[in-house]
Amino acid sequence: MSTATDPLVLYGEVFQSRLLLGTSRYPSPQVLADAVKASQPAMLTASLRRQTAHADTSPVFWQLLKNMNVPVLPNTAGCHSVQEVITTAEMAREVFETDWLKLELIGDDYSLQPDTLNLPLAADHLVKAGFKVLPYCTEDLVLCQKLVDVGCQAVMPWAAPIGTGQGPVNPYAMKLLRERLSVPLIVDAGLGVPSHACQVMEWGYDAVLLNTAVALAHDPVAMSHAFAQAVAAGRQAYLGGAMQAQTSAQASTPLIGTPFWHQA
Amino acid sequence: MTTQHIQVWINQISTVLDSPACLSDAIAAANIKPPFAAAVNMQFVPKKNHAVHPLKDGDKIELIVPVTGG
Repeated sequence: MSTATDPLVLYGEVFQSRLLLGTSRYPSPQVLADAVKASQPAMLTASLRRQTAHADTSPVFWQLLKNMNVPVLPNTAGCHSVQEVITTAEMAREVFETDWLKLELIGDDYSLQPDTLNLPLAADHLVKAGFKVLPYCTEDLVLCQKLVDVGCQAVMPWAAPIGTGQGPVNPYAMKLLRERLSVPLIVDAGLGVPSHACQVMEWGYDAVLLNTAVALAHDPVAMSHAFAQAVAAGRQAYLGGAMQAQTSAQASTPLIGTPFWHQA
Repeated sequence: MTTQHIQVWINQISTVLDSPACLSDAIAAANIKPPFAAAVNMQFVPKKNHAVHPLKDGDKIELIVPVTGG
């Protein structure tokens, strides 16, 4: 099945790719642009920060973002309270001229774990304010269900803490989440290599959001392409339906007519 | 007649403005170029209100610009 007949649908909008890509930590703007060209992501994440006179790269990034012509998903990275999230979201909507929002509400600075207790409250407010909220969350089933209950039409559980590249650290919970929730699930954070992405897509996850695994690769352009292929392969495998694993060997070549065979 | 002043904080930097002042005055003082967005005391102020949003002494103004993000 091609992406044309199996698109990613979020909040009623159709995307031909199931890969979302972050824009941070690349060796240069040109490498970012080339990585985007190689992987053709559905969306690019971006953020907002105070302007600093000594390191003002914002105009360069803004122009690059315009040139790449990929839908932008602003985030609320660094927010530690619901009010910070709400204000940052409103500012992002004005700057980026989009209702899409990657909701980040950090509860622990060391692990960058989301504030799971206040996340539904923030999501509820933002959904009512007209945002298309994609919340970055843990793989906790009850949390994800509550995010859906307040109107999130997709959720984005982590596979592992941001930037660790560990891959899925809790496969049981992630597979359970897929079984129990019918909304699109996007793995956001913690993937390190394309096989991680392929794995979660085989489990039935709908998309993958990456940044560090591509940006810090030796060759980010090659890695972005590899991730795009892995995501597509995992999706095809999920649709194809994997065989049931067996505990003992089963010959794949027919036994009937085996030459030189004789009963002992 | 002496000019009155207020002290505000723009991205945590102390700035003195002539009073009365509005958000547009702070933005001009910061010499920030579009695109950007503004908030005063943690409340978003849309672009259409920059020229009419009054500032008072001690206001904390955030001016933010697009950057890379994950």
